[in-house]
Amino acid sequence: MNFDDTPEEAAFRQEARAWIAANAPKHLKEELELSGFGGLYLKSEDPMQAGKAWQKKKAEAGWACLHWPKEYGGRGATPIERVIWGQEEGVYAKLSGLFTIGHGMCGPTVMAWGSEEAKRERLPTLASGEEIWCQLFSEPAAGSDLAGLRTRAEQATDGSGDWIINGQKIWTSGAQHSQWGLLLTRTDPNVPKHKGLTMFFLDMRSPGVEVRPIRQMNDQRTFNEVFFENVRIPDSQRLGPVGAGWNVSLTTLMNERLSIGSGMPTGFPDLLDFAIATGDVDNPAVRAKLADWSVKASGLKFTAFRALSALSKGETPGPENSIGKLVAGAMMQDIAKYAMDLQGEAGILTNAADAEARGKFQAMALRSPATRIEGGSDEILRNIIAERVLNLPADVRVDKDVPFNAIPTSGRK
Amino acid sequence: MNFDFSDEQKQLRDSARRFLEKQSSVAVVRRVLEGDEGYDRELWQGLAEMGFTGAAIPEEFGGAGLGYLELCVIAEELGRAVAPVPFSSTVYLAAEFLLAAGNDAQKKNYLPKIAAGEVIGTFAYAETAGEVTAERIKATVSGGKLSGTKIPVADGAIADFAVVAAQGGSGLGLYLVDLTGPGVTRTVVDTIDPSRKHARIVFDGAPVEQLGAGNAEAVIEAVYDRAAVLTAFEQVGGSDRALEMARDYALERIAFGRQIGSFQAIKHILADMYVSATLARSNCYWGAYALSTGSAELPEAAASCRVSATRAFQHCSTNNIQVHGGMGFTWQFDCHLYYKRSNLLALNLGSLSVWENRLIARMRARNSARDAA
Repeated sequence: MNFDDTPEEAAFRQEARAWIAANAPKHLKEELELSGFGGLYLKSEDPMQAGKAWQKKKAEAGWACLHWPKEYGGRGATPIERVIWGQEEGVYAKLSGLFTIGHGMCGPTVMAWGSEEAKRERLPTLASGEEIWCQLFSEPAAGSDLAGLRTRAEQATDGSGDWIINGQKIWTSGAQHSQWGLLLTRTDPNVPKHKGLTMFFLDMRSPGVEVRPIRQMNDQRTFNEVFFENVRIPDSQRLGPVGAGWNVSLTTLMNERLSIGSGMPTGFPDLLDFAIATGDVDNPAVRAKLADWSVKASGLKFTAFRALSALSKGETPGPENSIGKLVAGAMMQDIAKYAMDLQGEAGILTNAADAEARGKFQAMALRSPATRIEGGSDEILRNIIAERVLNLPADVRVDKDVPFNAIPTSGRK
Repeated sequence: MNFDFSDEQKQLRDSARRFLEKQSSVAVVRRVLEGDEGYDRELWQGLAEMGFTGAAIPEEFGGAGLGYLELCVIAEELGRAVAPVPFSSTVYLAAEFLLAAGNDAQKKNYLPKIAAGEVIGTFAYAETAGEVTAERIKATVSGGKLSGTKIPVADGAIADFAVVAAQGGSGLGLYLVDLTGPGVTRTVVDTIDPSRKHARIVFDGAPVEQLGAGNAEAVIEAVYDRAAVLTAFEQVGGSDRALEMARDYALERIAFGRQIGSFQAIKHILADMYVSATLARSNCYWGAYALSTGSAELPEAAASCRVSATRAFQHCSTNNIQVHGGMGFTWQFDCHLYYKRSNLLALNLGSLSVWENRLIARMRARNSARDAA
């Protein structure tokens, strides 16, 4: 039981640290430190350009997508090395937020299911940040019940083998910036819902793709609706067999779990600093609240360390890693509200110039509802823990063995 | 980095679990709970024979010299089995006070006997309600004789000796007292968990021997931090067992024509129990690391695992009853053994709010040191 680097890990850390010290955009450090909770608030530079520039620099020196094989733009690094890199990159990692979904979910899915040609064409430009990817999974009628999606893919009748896509996705982060998308579609509505799905990757610049940013409750527009009207996709961009889309999507979701060790923000360090600065920490009632959140934050940190140790021994991270977002999401919301409570009537102020702590807790309060829903709602995560970790029986599913087109829906009974 | 127990330590856990499943069965726990015997002698002897009481005692004092990670592993299993033995009072407290403050003769006198299971020791500290502070301690040593009343003292009625905190010539001091000697009156008191007996001890001129010079408060704080990590492992062991009991019952119990574990209302209770038990376990690993390496992080790690594990065991033992429904409230079902133990362990070593305060005070000190640097 120890935290110490092995000699190899220490050498790697040294190399990473030296490269970052020599190459990181230090002039952005202060602004990056103030960024967070749903946004990169760079004022001195365009965030997109700054993000792409840093990603490109990293890729050229072999520090992008560290755990990917070298031939696809990575470094062939171990999981531990990847975490060490993350620790050393620190605040500059915020510049790479645009690429999180592509690097963490789309890339690994292409790697597992794509043809050699697709991998060589698509992955290096994804690693280097030249191209941004989004994940086209959720739909208006398919959120937690993802397998209920309705976007249709039908083989073209012209003999080209192409697929014609019609339908709508929603909650697509970064679609407005993306060149490519990972798309889950329904190819057969006559079989039970999990069996009729097929996965593709798609050029977002294809005719018939329309991206409409969604104005969110926090007045940002990071999520989008994406509409498909007779969008044509060559069969070479299919990932996995026709009808195997659900299994392919599980690769994507499992890779999400592999992104462990990075740690989701909880807001606790911010709250502690705030309570110390204001003197609220002298109040025992405040200390009790702080202590409760503190042990959750440290518990998450060391849970990630344990998962990482298992990963480095070759064990596959399992559904138990659902705990991270479940705890961090609710914590962020509770902490934001508590910090605002400590601010009294001034807690309603949101402008950085007027608000306490430059309004970060208010921004957190307005962003946090999404955290508890996106990528698996709190309730779905609890179901996953209960069913896959504790082995409780699956819920009664009335639609499980019914052909998709015979399932009752809100508009179709 | 390897943030896990070693294969040898996992083997130790397996053998401890097998031993305790047999020797600390529910029947054994219930015998102590319902009887007048202060502990299960056979189990206590068995633990000593397994080398568990002396796991962290150096070999030069008759111990197994295994180390604190091994003691953490054992503590978790004792908690899981709600073992009715004076292990925490003797091993986490008495032995640790001797190791921290004892002179060579004192260590040689007591530690080999602890390792052999020949003596039971305890720490006599609290006298009144509320957080124990130096000001609240009225027991006094004068001319080598101790007078005052301590309540509640874990295993006070069965212990052979106690480390007692009392006012001496120069403030709060620690003293070794032979509890079988003159000037000692002990009475078993009723507590929330009768499977671990406690006593009121009245000292009336009992002869004492000073344990260490220097500041007793600092020694107590240091030993409590160590004991907090070990107790937190007991709490995590108890949390896991309570979760398992609830899960098993949710699989077995049928209502509305289904296993109750197929209802999301029950699943979510169990998932939340899993979350708190997991966070506590991870904090405990940090505590184990800090305890075994003598890390400067120990005060913060100890308070973190203490707070986290107290919450987890309370949460899991409470919801274990909830999942069991009415049957969970019966004497016949075992849920109450864990519920009672969780309430006991939440207060032994000081209550949750005390440790919460301590944790934040320590984090604050670290933050100011960081800012000053």
